[in-house]
Amino acid sequence: MDNPYMPYPVRIDDIEIATEDKSLKTFKFVFLNKEDEEKFSYQAGQFAELSIPGVGEIPIGIASSPVEKGFVKFTVFKTGVVTSHLHNMKVGDIMGIRGPLGNWYPWDKLEGKNVVIIGGGFAFTTLRSSIIYMLDPANRAKFGTIDVVYGARSPGMLLYRDELFEWEQRDDINMHITVDGTDDPDWKYNVGFVPTIVEQNAPKADPDTYAIICGPPIMIKFTQPALEKLGYGEEQIIMSLENRMKCGIGMCGRCNIGKELVCKDGPVFTLKEINLTPKEY
Amino acid sequence: MKVIKIDKNDWTRGIDKSRETYQLFGPVTDKNQSVFKQLGKDAYPEMGRTDTIMSPKSVLFPQTEKILTASLDESVENHHIMQMPETDTTPRAVIGIRPYDAKAVQLVKLNFDTPEYRDTYWCDAYEATTFVGLAVNQPSASDFSTSMGSGPFAEEGLDLLLVDLDDHYLAKVLTPKGETFLDGAGFNGTADTDASLKTIQGMKEAAEAAITSLVPTDKLKEKSLLDLHGAPFWEDTAFSCINCGTCTFVCPTCWCFDIQDETKGKSTSRFRNWDSCMSPLFTMHGSGHNPRGEKTQRVRQRFMHKLKYFLDKYDQGSMCVGCGRCVEKCPVNIDIRSICNTMNSYEPQK
Repeated sequence: MDNPYMPYPVRIDDIEIATEDKSLKTFKFVFLNKEDEEKFSYQAGQFAELSIPGVGEIPIGIASSPVEKGFVKFTVFKTGVVTSHLHNMKVGDIMGIRGPLGNWYPWDKLEGKNVVIIGGGFAFTTLRSSIIYMLDPANRAKFGTIDVVYGARSPGMLLYRDELFEWEQRDDINMHITVDGTDDPDWKYNVGFVPTIVEQNAPKADPDTYAIICGPPIMIKFTQPALEKLGYGEEQIIMSLENRMKCGIGMCGRCNIGKELVCKDGPVFTLKEINLTPKEY
Repeated sequence: MKVIKIDKNDWTRGIDKSRETYQLFGPVTDKNQSVFKQLGKDAYPEMGRTDTIMSPKSVLFPQTEKILTASLDESVENHHIMQMPETDTTPRAVIGIRPYDAKAVQLVKLNFDTPEYRDTYWCDAYEATTFVGLAVNQPSASDFSTSMGSGPFAEEGLDLLLVDLDDHYLAKVLTPKGETFLDGAGFNGTADTDASLKTIQGMKEAAEAAITSLVPTDKLKEKSLLDLHGAPFWEDTAFSCINCGTCTFVCPTCWCFDIQDETKGKSTSRFRNWDSCMSPLFTMHGSGHNPRGEKTQRVRQRFMHKLKYFLDKYDQGSMCVGCGRCVEKCPVNIDIRSICNTMNSYEPQK
């Protein structure tokens, strides 16, 4: 069996500034060895360790989608030693990727269902992966209605703006874009926090509707009651958690919530599962 | 079941002979403390000092271990591409490991050797190792191994069990690896198997009876994890803790680790180092948010992991072998035995 700590070598193929404050950048990587791309076969909702020799590793959700071939994409917020270093790297630089890691959104279970995607801030990455996957012509018929509630602090802080506005024009996906506040008089979407917009715009619960939530711990905590108010059951609320991680393979011991390891047993859990664990996230 | 008699006059000769095949690890005195170390050419295991301050967990899981290397020199081929460093997987033998520490290795194995991932470094070291145990004739006052699924003569995880009978050892052969070690050392003195096993059985019963520290664990399985997590006693339990991390450091079943890169000139290495759940940094998010930022949360994590999460996850008992090291070394006398007792008897207020 392969060494699970050994990253696949990749080259930075493209770097895009993702938000107006430049705190987020989207990195496109290509694998140096073609066969590694096949080994890195992933599902929407999984993450990977971005591995910079001499600096360290960071666990980041995969922003590209399984239906996009030839590259992988990650959108990274500049916050610590590794992410700051990464933000200063340039196209052509060589580094590593280890993964794919963790479980994914339950695509089998979601077939034939309506899906409500709820995201906040820069945790929209695996949700972008999911939307691209569901909207793919080969997959769109597998799902019922798709609603997306996505919020950021301000319009310029929304990720993947071009795609958001393109999805906004489509009739097979209902977009509910929101910002905490804006002084742009031409802003034609919502203003308000994600939990409020969820309560106002998300479809009412029915047995065939599932909500997928990914966001900072605080947004997750406040969105939960909003969905419960709409009648969503605890098995219909699917959440992606984050915790500090090192190994990403369930061994180093820090990311647990009770007996569950966020890196290996998660990061995706139903609310029902989370309700059986201490809320240490 | 085969039993070999080893005359103590032949012991050093056998140890020397075994060095031809094995790297030996054993208890030696270092700075007045008894510790497990790799034995140099002239060093012999101090078989009278096997109650070491640290377990031999570092034989398989070094406190600092180089796991990957890379060159950062852009003029060389494969720069910035991680490589495996050379690792030594030649046979090694741990002489004088206590039965509870051998049991601990089996518990740690559940973490490092999983259906999904195999930790190359730990598993390769484990497979290369022969565990030559020494039964505990006189258990210490803090030994509560019989309460934790082990015991002074327990055999789980051992390849050989040595029993000290003053002028000789009886060696109980438990696995083919153990047999190979005896062959390699040239130990082949025959013993009357039935009589020997009877002798060992008698000593085992006496040693078990000498353990007075009995900790009930029978109700831990049926308790609700959330009830225990939310129990009011954690504030009191953690009150005196100074978060020094000694308990995690000396614990034979604590396996948590950190991964760090270190660079010298143009060459870099990725290391893994022991880490501790007692440190706030252990769980701190990049944002500064910390799910276990308070001391009480960290103390609760340690005991819940040992006595409840592990039990619920693997259904293979507690992640404690009752060696008593944390009880002896804790500077503020936090005692896992009384916490286990509290947890085992806890009834939530309805």
